[in-house]
Amino acid sequence: MTHHSPHIPDVEGDRLEVLYEDKKPPYEDAEAIAEANRCLYCVDAPCIKACPTAIDIPTFIRKIGTGNVKGAARTILSQNLLGKSCGQVCPVEVLCAGACVYNDWHRDPIKIGRLQRYAVEKALAEDPQIFKPKAPTGKRIALVGAGPASVAAAGWLALEGHEAAIYEKKLLPGGLNTLGIAPYKMKVEEALQEITWVLSLGNVELYQGVEIVPVSGSSEEVSASSLLQQYDAVFLGLGLGPDSRLKIPGEDGGGVVGATHLIERLKADPTLRFKGVDRAIVVGGGNTAVDVAHELALLGIDATMLYRGGEEDLSAYEHELASGRVDGMKVLCERSPVAVLRDNVGKITGMRVIRTEDKKPVAGTEEDLRADLVVVAVGQSRMTEVARSFPGVELDMRGRVIVDPKTYRTGNPKVWSAGDCVNGGKEVVNAVAEAKIAVTSMHAYLMGVGA
Amino acid sequence: MADLSIDFAGIKSPNPFWLASAPPTNTGDQVMRAFDAGWGGAVWKTLGNPIVNVSSRFGGIDYGNTRMMGLNNIELITDRPLEVNFREIREVKRRYPNHAVITSLMVETKEEWKEIIQRAEEAGSDGHELNFGCPHGMCERGMGSAVSSEPKVLREIARWAVEFATKPVIVKLSPNVTDIVEPGEAVLESGAHAISLINTIKSIMAIDLDRMVPLPRVGNASTNGGYCGPAVKPVALHMVGELTRHPYVSKLPISGIGGISNWRDAAEFIALGCTSVQVCTAVMHYGYRIVEDMIEGLNDFLDSKGMKSILDLRGRAAPQYKNWGELDLGYRVVADISTDKCIGCQLCYVACMDGAHQCIHLPGRTEEQARKAGHTHIPKLIPDRAVTARGGAPGARVPFVDDDECIGCNLCQLVCPVSGCITMKEVPSGKPNESWNDRVQRGADFVPGGLHVTEVERAKR
Repeated sequence: MTHHSPHIPDVEGDRLEVLYEDKKPPYEDAEAIAEANRCLYCVDAPCIKACPTAIDIPTFIRKIGTGNVKGAARTILSQNLLGKSCGQVCPVEVLCAGACVYNDWHRDPIKIGRLQRYAVEKALAEDPQIFKPKAPTGKRIALVGAGPASVAAAGWLALEGHEAAIYEKKLLPGGLNTLGIAPYKMKVEEALQEITWVLSLGNVELYQGVEIVPVSGSSEEVSASSLLQQYDAVFLGLGLGPDSRLKIPGEDGGGVVGATHLIERLKADPTLRFKGVDRAIVVGGGNTAVDVAHELALLGIDATMLYRGGEEDLSAYEHELASGRVDGMKVLCERSPVAVLRDNVGKITGMRVIRTEDKKPVAGTEEDLRADLVVVAVGQSRMTEVARSFPGVELDMRGRVIVDPKTYRTGNPKVWSAGDCVNGGKEVVNAVAEAKIAVTSMHAYLMGVGA
Repeated sequence: MADLSIDFAGIKSPNPFWLASAPPTNTGDQVMRAFDAGWGGAVWKTLGNPIVNVSSRFGGIDYGNTRMMGLNNIELITDRPLEVNFREIREVKRRYPNHAVITSLMVETKEEWKEIIQRAEEAGSDGHELNFGCPHGMCERGMGSAVSSEPKVLREIARWAVEFATKPVIVKLSPNVTDIVEPGEAVLESGAHAISLINTIKSIMAIDLDRMVPLPRVGNASTNGGYCGPAVKPVALHMVGELTRHPYVSKLPISGIGGISNWRDAAEFIALGCTSVQVCTAVMHYGYRIVEDMIEGLNDFLDSKGMKSILDLRGRAAPQYKNWGELDLGYRVVADISTDKCIGCQLCYVACMDGAHQCIHLPGRTEEQARKAGHTHIPKLIPDRAVTARGGAPGARVPFVDDDECIGCNLCQLVCPVSGCITMKEVPSGKPNESWNDRVQRGADFVPGGLHVTEVERAKR
């Protein structure tokens, strides 16, 4: 264990992320109060039902309006410990704000995400001691992976008085919340600041640069069996694996990069520059593809999403597509990649694509598109090896960890799991909601209630 | 185009819209700009022996995003020399001979009243408004509202004014009394020509919870001020109504004051019996320019009702202001919620459950669930009506009114954010159209379930 410290490293250097401005900047007090006062304070509100973590939104908004910002933060965080980042990264357009009754009235829905961010940021800046942990129970839980599911779970376990130890193979904690969020929504420092707060809630350790493996071979590896021995319970917040590949000719070599890998570098790697990149093709029709194309477009690169289905088949959110298009991103539908084109020294020059109908290639319709960069955003692999190293933990056909949906307990009675590795890749707020269910079940087991 | 001009106790004005005596009528420059904007008259900032003012002076109360629903002030009468004021009045009257300039006055002794009335008339004042209403500062010196609360003193001073004045005398009343009829009758007895009301209401605007000092704050202390603005309009309408239904006081022209912010407010005061209306807070908030809409709106309203002049509207609603005992106990309305307009916020539901009679139901509940939620009467059928507003949220259900239990209180309609979504339908009540007074008359003023002693006493009678 090389890194044993609750200290979280800073990100340094001249990272491209800092070039981006917030699309939804933090509210000033007067803005927040004016927006809060618009809320009707609905009964049995549809926004609450639309929130995976069931935050009592009308109540926290009313509290902002009365100047009770600390109470607002308490209302939010008691349901969702990552309430601040969810305020920034949640697709509120399809969740809470999308359900706001104002939509029926053809009026602007309440800016719930911005209000939520405001309440938590302001309250925690004034007094981070918003919760007190219960008396120590002596129970110890290991959490594998430091993404949103594990961080939220660790925070709640700590508040119950348990000892939580998070094992993360990367040097920065937070998973996609730290390294995968579009920089105009949230920056690395903001994600790390939130994690620092969650880790301060109670007895939480963070082991960075440590990988969990079936059999330990080095000091930077810990075996699954030793975790099961040393701890009273284990939580798997594995997230997803590396970006999937296109498996087409010319893909190997410079100029072709996985989408999440590129976003991670854009956010945290001070050496990344797009020198000589004028045109980029982003392959994929989902939200990661939109994010990458949008981020590249904002840097002045001619970025085109390439998707084999039709416009109506795009799985990316409409509001994200619209926002990206406003910033210059293009979308080219009914095209499928055939090969990455390179010149005689292997430098990328473009991509050969073929037209599709019903997502199937139409023979003889190949065309060559110019590109200096190809980003592959067609999904991520699963962390099957780590999951399988815990006896009794089973995976479904798509590589997802199988859990009891009522408890998020796996086939191994000491192991729980939540987040992307279970749901196949959803929002931060889903990971938090699932983690909360898992913690409730773990806590009952650890304290000998209904286990 | 209706005729908006008025004759108020002999004071002519091109329209009924006057600026109340307050900061907007502090100087000649201001009054002339107001007349240019369209105001028909101005009651000059109260004249008297100059005083010294404090800083700060105003406090506001907001509700939600609405700023200055109410305003209070601790400013006193004019702090400028009388001669400066009279010179400016003279100039205003010279340039605007057809507009009404009324001098608000406040002094102490009979000799002072005599001098100030004469000097005001020499300056060209069209009439005098005796400020018996100011509820802060001046009342501590025996003037302002201190006079309104002593009908005898009021009558005495008003008599002096009538004696010294050749122009109409208007008495401005304070609302800070138990019964407005008492000072109203005193005005009538004094021989004064008209009444204006209400002046401001004694108030403390708020408390600064960090400094522990009331607002508005002057250093480390505050004092009670005069409350005005949209929030006081219902209080003002009631006091106007008390006088305009009085068999004798109602003969005096009344200038209505209190929260009037637009043509509709003005029309309401006129319908209740006022001849002119006075405006202050709305002008302090938005400027003289608001009068353009007031003139246009009142004109169009009169046209739409086929009324030719202010006189046609004046007092039309006054006879319908009655005592509770005269109201029809057989009249009944019940609430009706439109599925086309409902947005599913369910504010009507919670208001009815906790603040009214538990007669609004949520569809899709079992009887057990409804009873657990607090319903004691379950209708036979609760239709499962979905919101049909365009783009309605899937799954949103329209609350349902149990007609049998609805007592027609209006609360659901009042809390509904969507105008026109909840309407109150007239329905037969099955009860005779009679009032409580009618029931007293026929000896039916007994409701079972009361005190034993009352029943015993009743049996003896």
